[in-house]
Amino acid sequence: MSIFTRGFSGRGRDDNPALPPGQYLTEDFPVLSAGPTPTVDKADWEFTITTETGETHRWNWEQFMALKIDQVDTDIHCVTRWSKLGTSWRGVSLDTLFADVETSAGYTMAHSYGGYTTNVPLDDLLDGKAWIAFEFDGEDLDPEHGGPARLLVPHLYFWKSAKWVRGLTMMENDDPGFWEQNGYHTYGDPWQEQRYW
Amino acid sequence: MTEHLDGNVLAGPLSELFRDDMTTAIGRCAHCGDVSVLATALVYDAAPGWCVRCHACGDVLMTLVWAGDRLRIDLRGVTALEVGD
Ligand SMILES: [Zn+2]
Repeated sequence: MSIFTRGFSGRGRDDNPALPPGQYLTEDFPVLSAGPTPTVDKADWEFTITTETGETHRWNWEQFMALKIDQVDTDIHCVTRWSKLGTSWRGVSLDTLFADVETSAGYTMAHSYGGYTTNVPLDDLLDGKAWIAFEFDGEDLDPEHGGPARLLVPHLYFWKSAKWVRGLTMMENDDPGFWEQNGYHTYGDPWQEQRYW
Repeated sequence: MTEHLDGNVLAGPLSELFRDDMTTAIGRCAHCGDVSVLATALVYDAAPGWCVRCHACGDVLMTLVWAGDRLRIDLRGVTALEVGD
């Protein structure tokens, strides 16, 4: 069956070294969500980082937009087997947001408006690997794609790039987030095909 | 004489449960206590997982994850399931 599918589409990774194993190219931007799209007004929006000591760093929209903004051109890979190459975003690097955060904890839980959570090791958020993105393809990020702002961790499967992100909580242990508790892989490396437990 | 029965005795009653059309089964939401047939639940497709939410309060009733050859169902938001006439 999988052989047939790959032969049929003719766009498997044999043709494209940018595609992780088991992935196919799409030009679309499929919308997948574990719940209804929350309405988050930029006037009410905030992003927080809470450390293991309970110290909270917070930014409202205005403060957030005053930070250094990066242009990000990257490929994204969804666990549903679609990949989208050369996507274009603008956002604030987690390196910028963590600049004044003192922590010795190695893991984070991303929390979203609407209640979604996903766990990401801190190392995977730093050194130019992750952003809080607010623009896609030159436009404000649509609510259905996670606007006003979403986490963008493009080197992991896209369920880790939490839509409607509202904050990160530092954790001593790699506790599982929403889908990770229910069967998705705790780390989610597309190049290792870490889809499930 | 052991105090408990072997788990194999569950084959009967549990096949009773899953033999029925589960969309007519009645579930109780662990969050708000609403009691409704499963067909009224709100299902969000986040393939390879589905998130099933209570129509009354929106909280998560259950998740279904197709993990390769296995289907994993988490029922943490359902405190009771009832089938039968
Ligand atoms: Zn409920």
